Amino acid sequence: MYLTNVQTFIIILVIALGTMITRFTPFLLFPDGKKYPRIIDYLGKVLPPAMMGLLIVYCFRNISFVSVNHGLPEILAALITLVLHLWKKNVLISICGATAAYMILIRFLPI
Amino acid sequence: MNKTAEIKKAFRSAFPNTIPILTGFLVLGMAYGVLMQVKGYGTLWSVLMSVMAFCGSMQFVAITLLTTAFDPIQAFLLSIMVNARHLFYGISMLNKFKGLGKIKYFLIFGLCDETFSIESSVSVPENINKKYFYFAISLLDYLYWIIGTLLGSIIGKFIKFDTNGLDFALTALFIVLFVEQIKSKEKIFPGVIGFFAAAAALLLFGADDFVIPAMVLIMAILLVKNISDKKSFSSENEFSNHSE
Repeated sequence: MYLTNVQTFIIILVIALGTMITRFTPFLLFPDGKKYPRIIDYLGKVLPPAMMGLLIVYCFRNISFVSVNHGLPEILAALITLVLHLWKKNVLISICGATAAYMILIRFLPI
Repeated sequence: MNKTAEIKKAFRSAFPNTIPILTGFLVLGMAYGVLMQVKGYGTLWSVLMSVMAFCGSMQFVAITLLTTAFDPIQAFLLSIMVNARHLFYGISMLNKFKGLGKIKYFLIFGLCDETFSIESSVSVPENINKKYFYFAISLLDYLYWIIGTLLGSIIGKFIKFDTNGLDFALTALFIVLFVEQIKSKEKIFPGVIGFFAAAAALLLFGADDFVIPAMVLIMAILLVKNISDKKSFSSENEFSNHSE
């Protein structure tokens, strides 16, 4: 430990507080029963798919295309996820299959 | 049906949806517990962080904050910036969480990436109480993360099984839910925009600073699209007057 107990506790507290501000703000701005602008309804419909696109990129943010394997295991595993899902249409099969494929790829993919 | 039976039913129906998160959170939670241990922060501290903040990637960033000079203001600001994407989760869930009573506060507290992705994509089965269904997903995901952290900090060092790559379950989850989301026609455009705006922001700003620029870009494009849709809609359809 580098910080004292009190300092550590304060850091945990402010990180929790920062996180909760980002989670609670929309609900504090638009509480139940208060009418909100129509644009919010629109955003509520289009933001989930947009954020899912962002989260995929977020998961890949640290792969380097100039590293030894050029991010190949990640790209291949992502494609396997897609193909499995379009083929079998079963969320668990797609995820288990893709994860297993990724674990094999990062161990045995010849560079 | 009594309340207990109703809650039980909701958990049974919600559980299969959380299996990918069970895998990912146990592995990542354990990695977090081990890493904290290595830096000299034992079980009490790592579990306390997971219980109070429950914010995955920010908790990893926080390890750095716990191992440098004490700077709570920087920690607070960094936490808001790293977690800014949650703002959009809240906007998306305003309608779904409406009128759920006190449980709503817990649902908001637990609105992490993974819980959001499930709750915004999966439709509640007809015979299941919506309130308890969301509660089950949120509580299960929360517990997976805490249990993972606990296991990592206690037995992490003794585990010989090579878990490297298991956390791809979460990436695969997002890919699958992305596909599920864009199955409805009007969600293809926002989905594609979300992906490419984020990719462009990543190239421009780098891995540590891209999320907020990406959010701004996504919001700007979606708003412009909304305005142009309305214009073309009202010019095609002179009788329409802001019909829903």
